[in-house]
Amino acid sequence: MRFLVRRLGFLLVALWAALTVNFFIPRLMPGNPAEAMMATFRGHVNPAAMHALEVAFGVNTHESLPRQYIAYVGNTLTGHLGNSTSYSLLPVSTVIMKALPWSLGLVGITTILGFVLGTTIGAISAWRRGGALDSVLPPVFIVISAFPYFWIGLLAVWLFALTLNWFPLQFGYTETTVPALTWGFVGDVLDHAVLPAMTILITAIGGWILTMRNNMITVVAEDYVKMARAKGLKPRRILWQYAGRNALLPNLTGFAISLGFVISGAILVEYVFNYPGVGFMLLQSVQDQDYPLMQSLFLLITVAVLMAIFLSDIATAILDPRTRSSS
Amino acid sequence: MSLLDVNDLCVDYATPNGPAHAVSHVNLSLEAGEFLAIVGESGCGKTTLLFAIAQLLTYPAAFTGGSVVFNGLDLTSLSPEELRQRRWRDISVVMQSAMNALNPTLSIGEQLADACRAHTDWDGERIAARSAEVLQMVSIDPVHLASYAYQLSGGMRQRAMIAMALLLEPQLVMMDEPTSALDVVAQRSLMRQVEDLRQRLGFSVIFVTHDMSVVSHFSDRLAVMYAGEVVELGSTRQVFDQSRHPYTQGLMEAFPSLLGAPRALTGIAGNPPSLVEPPPGCLFAPRCKYVFETCRVLAPELVDREGHATRCHLVNPVVVA
Amino acid sequence: MKVLGALGRVARRAINFLRRDKKAAVGAVIIFALALVAAFPSWFMPHDPTAEIYTPGAGLSLNHLLGTTSFGQDVFSQVIAGTRESFLIAMIVGALTTVISVVIGLSAAYSGGLVDDGLSLLTDVVLVIPTFPLIIVITAYVKNASFWMLIFVLVFTGWSYGARQLRVQALSLRNRDYLLAARARGESGFYVVFVELLPPMTSLIVANFLSSALYAVLAASGLQFVGLGNINDQSWGTMLYWAQNNEALATGLPLWALAPGVAIAILGSGLALLNYAFDEIANPALRPVRARRKVVAA
Repeated sequence: MRFLVRRLGFLLVALWAALTVNFFIPRLMPGNPAEAMMATFRGHVNPAAMHALEVAFGVNTHESLPRQYIAYVGNTLTGHLGNSTSYSLLPVSTVIMKALPWSLGLVGITTILGFVLGTTIGAISAWRRGGALDSVLPPVFIVISAFPYFWIGLLAVWLFALTLNWFPLQFGYTETTVPALTWGFVGDVLDHAVLPAMTILITAIGGWILTMRNNMITVVAEDYVKMARAKGLKPRRILWQYAGRNALLPNLTGFAISLGFVISGAILVEYVFNYPGVGFMLLQSVQDQDYPLMQSLFLLITVAVLMAIFLSDIATAILDPRTRSSS
Repeated sequence: MSLLDVNDLCVDYATPNGPAHAVSHVNLSLEAGEFLAIVGESGCGKTTLLFAIAQLLTYPAAFTGGSVVFNGLDLTSLSPEELRQRRWRDISVVMQSAMNALNPTLSIGEQLADACRAHTDWDGERIAARSAEVLQMVSIDPVHLASYAYQLSGGMRQRAMIAMALLLEPQLVMMDEPTSALDVVAQRSLMRQVEDLRQRLGFSVIFVTHDMSVVSHFSDRLAVMYAGEVVELGSTRQVFDQSRHPYTQGLMEAFPSLLGAPRALTGIAGNPPSLVEPPPGCLFAPRCKYVFETCRVLAPELVDREGHATRCHLVNPVVVA
Repeated sequence: MKVLGALGRVARRAINFLRRDKKAAVGAVIIFALALVAAFPSWFMPHDPTAEIYTPGAGLSLNHLLGTTSFGQDVFSQVIAGTRESFLIAMIVGALTTVISVVIGLSAAYSGGLVDDGLSLLTDVVLVIPTFPLIIVITAYVKNASFWMLIFVLVFTGWSYGARQLRVQALSLRNRDYLLAARARGESGFYVVFVELLPPMTSLIVANFLSSALYAVLAASGLQFVGLGNINDQSWGTMLYWAQNNEALATGLPLWALAPGVAIAILGSGLALLNYAFDEIANPALRPVRARRKVVAA
């Protein structure tokens, strides 16, 4: 358990770092864009929210920097993220909630699917070294991983949406319909999700296949796998419980890093498909110069990534008994 | 009928420069209950031979000829599934480094249960009982069934490996340098344990090591390997006290004696030959003190005289008709 | 002197290696070709890339190998012209992040103790914070990030992965006897790190350079695609921006949108192939294996 507590501590430090960076960026920028933005707020927003914004962007306060910082952290942790300039001054937290489920669905599901499929395929291809899978996969996925995520999205749009007309071009659901919990609507949502999901899946899976394959190859050469063969265990058991389980561990630690790539790719994919998720909202807020929304989205994405990392740490602790002792 | 008959066994390693002949035409036989030691320097092929007999070779090693007959059945003729079913019940293996040979993410108990479930239809209770039994045989408290490899000391791990090897009461236990990773005291303790178990349970042992002194008190017969060939084979006392092959003699002279006057230790000059392009004639010729012309031209055969076999022209002169 | 000798050895090994491994050779050829195009674009450009004088929306033709844009510019020339900026970003960011990674990774491993703890914490925190959203936020404030701003931001966020990898490898080497021998001889820390510790890590450092370069290309083009770069620059990313903003795909000008992506992919593949080949040097077990048939005893 000490392992998990240590990891949690580290992740909290990272969160604090993200908060601090968020605090300082607007203050370091030349030409104080915050001032201009605040001018649009004045008179339209209730005093409490106004104060939160002032604190967040360091405008119009006569307080010292440290006090601003403390107030900012307090506000953020209690959910006072300010108001969105591009959404008629609605509270940022409300605005974010509109986009969150879409991203959770799209990105969450494809990430998990990609990881599971990727590690499985990687394990199998390494297990049958020299087989068809093993010779074809590495070069194919090396090339695919060199394509920018969003370009694969563009290709998908052109090929499947515009030319073949199999799937819709953009958005999360057909614009003219009203969201409702009916089968028809669910089907529409799924229909719209296929191309973006496929895009993210194709580009993300390659990395996991390749790293798992490389780990497996190292592990399969280990003595305990030879020992398992000597004991006459069924090949399937050796593949999963002896080789796979041990090869997976470094992959889980690497999950944190690859997640960063998946997120960045997902943001661009949402942009290409005008998919109403958090990433798309982030890019829109940049174009609209909606700084409160933009910064809060950054924090949200950071928190999501940190939570995912913590989950993979839990998985590591379950699978690897060595982490459970105090070494 | 002997328990194990190895006939003309050949193993090659694929290297960028061509196949390396790691094991060349090895013939061995083993009776039930016998302890055979295979001795030689690093790279002589003894471990490869061991794994070849146990049918555990992996790329880049490949079996290129010969047969391994166990209880009258040729192991090389079996399908992978048939082979898998016989493993551990007939032949078990103890590897060099228990730390590396035990799965770090499964407990000792689970690894013992693995083997039981793969070959028997015992229920959970019986598996647990047998697992506890074998651990006690090697003086390990059964509470360690729940422990993981990293939680045990080096000596304990090695003994756990031996316990695992005895789970299904095999007729042959093959050991690959099980003492190399231990200190001298632990070595002796392990060897005594193995000997004690062997007396009680009656299994045969093939023991591979580079350290003759460790094994000489316990083995019935001793085989000396050089560059992939068996160069001397006989009862331990014969090979030790009346070494005939120049290489064996060289090995003996390199060990100090516990008794007797101190003397200068000698080594064997030179290096083992290339296994990809071996020299013509005797493989030991380039380093041999007694070399003569025939040695460089004609490869000597392993000739048996009263149970003591040697591969040397000096010992077995070739009669040119 | 010794450093030059070591470099010479590395160069010779690199050339031998390229000759043997097909993947690496293909990768090297691609990079070399692109470097040539980046250095001398005018040799390859049939037309002026910015001139809007051609028939807008034209398809493939001998005169316009990839058609024209909706403004009447030649797509092929634009792709050629864009090579320089994208290639430079890849190389410069790759080099700078590698230098920083080496300095931080090796210092942490070599110093140990509190310095190591501090640097490792810094590295891990930077590693864990999602970089692309962070870059978006930074460039959003800066507006129309110039070439150097882009490079700064990418380097600032991209050094941590390499630093971590290098630190781990340096740690495993640190206690080797030959290093202790060097210290015992009285060699300075600088010498030990750069002459003794560095050479065995060369393949990892090169692999790091290649993957940083790859990351830089993809990240930079992504930023330019959404308009966060300088939209008047000549680069593949900005081409994509203009194509997307002018509905290239929907108006029957797919090549305008797809061609720069293919160019990015070519550069990326070159880097990725070389990178994979270097992985195989570091770990020979990964090299290709031909399936072997079971040998049956005679």
